[in-house]
Amino acid sequence: MNKTVNQKAWFFVLPVVLLVAFNAIIPLMTVVNFSVQETFGDNMFFWAGVRWFEQVLQSDRFHAALGRQILFTAIVLLIEIPLGLAIALTMPRKGPWVSVCLVLMALPLLIPWNVVGAMWNIFALPDIGLLGRLINGLGIEYNYTRQIFSAWFTMVLMDVWHWTSLVVLLCYAGLVSIPDAYYQAAKVDGARPWAVFRYIQLPKLKYVLTIAILLRFMDSFMIYTEAVVLTGGGPGNATTFLSIDLQKIALGQFDLGPAGAMSIIYFLIILFFSWLFYTLMMKDEAR
Amino acid sequence: MENAAFLSWMAWTWPTAAFFLFIFLCLVGMSVWEYYSPGGTPRHGILGLDTTRGDRLFISLLGSAFIFLAWLGLVGTPLWGPLAIALVYAFAVFKWV
Repeated sequence: MNKTVNQKAWFFVLPVVLLVAFNAIIPLMTVVNFSVQETFGDNMFFWAGVRWFEQVLQSDRFHAALGRQILFTAIVLLIEIPLGLAIALTMPRKGPWVSVCLVLMALPLLIPWNVVGAMWNIFALPDIGLLGRLINGLGIEYNYTRQIFSAWFTMVLMDVWHWTSLVVLLCYAGLVSIPDAYYQAAKVDGARPWAVFRYIQLPKLKYVLTIAILLRFMDSFMIYTEAVVLTGGGPGNATTFLSIDLQKIALGQFDLGPAGAMSIIYFLIILFFSWLFYTLMMKDEAR
Repeated sequence: MENAAFLSWMAWTWPTAAFFLFIFLCLVGMSVWEYYSPGGTPRHGILGLDTTRGDRLFISLLGSAFIFLAWLGLVGTPLWGPLAIALVYAFAVFKWV
């Protein structure tokens, strides 16, 4: 059979190519240019070669920030994905409660990120915040501005509160789209709820779960606003994630060269993991 | 004059321009190759992945970037060693992956 060749479709892709060029490729090229030079401002640049890459890759500060970032993302994914799936499974599929649940679930997603940070900052204060007072009232010493564990606990709790809804909504959309015939067939065969979940719902949710994991991975790996408003990277450097460290180097110290090198390394890590997740999850689907 | 201002903002250097030109030429080269000798359906390689030529170029480039980063982090300059490894790696990816 002869394949129809029609190259006109490329013209429809052109606007998006131009948009991506301006908002992603040109800035990325600039970062690459910065990463091999030294500047003292005023558009004066001096060639530095790969020195900044060496410096960043061999620095303990970068290793520590990367370690914290990976730990945070792992914790957040391990909590949000199963929790989101569980909530989506318990939500009603029909009736008046559907809209109520959906609106309630969407609420955290509608709040601007800096407001989320500010809300949790006050909510968790040990002296006047509701959460802080409550935990201290239970006899547990809790102060996220001084204790590392408390800071991490608050950070994870905030992220779970803010973003589990996204996983819930995605999984819910996936669940609703499963035709009733599957459930009827399962009922005829006398399948238990676990079997229905394992052999009908989970396989059907594969695509949305892929998207949920990808989105949550990328977002949590790039977390900045909420974290900087909540703890500012403290106590000490305990919650200084990659993006906060990057901001300190780029805008705090105005070291554009090392910041450029760090941005590229950061970008490559995200690109690699996104590719890996996507490839692993789509592997069986291709056949 | 505006052009010059734009370029000075982007702080171009010859090596970085050559780098992006190389990537661009890779894409053009792949397009020409695909036009004259289509790669066809994805191939099932040794990693158990179904890859097209474009996927293999992506895996080669991304992997090479990490080879260079690993070398810089563990050994340092000069970079002839990772260049050789990256070329062998890219060849292997195109041949077997």
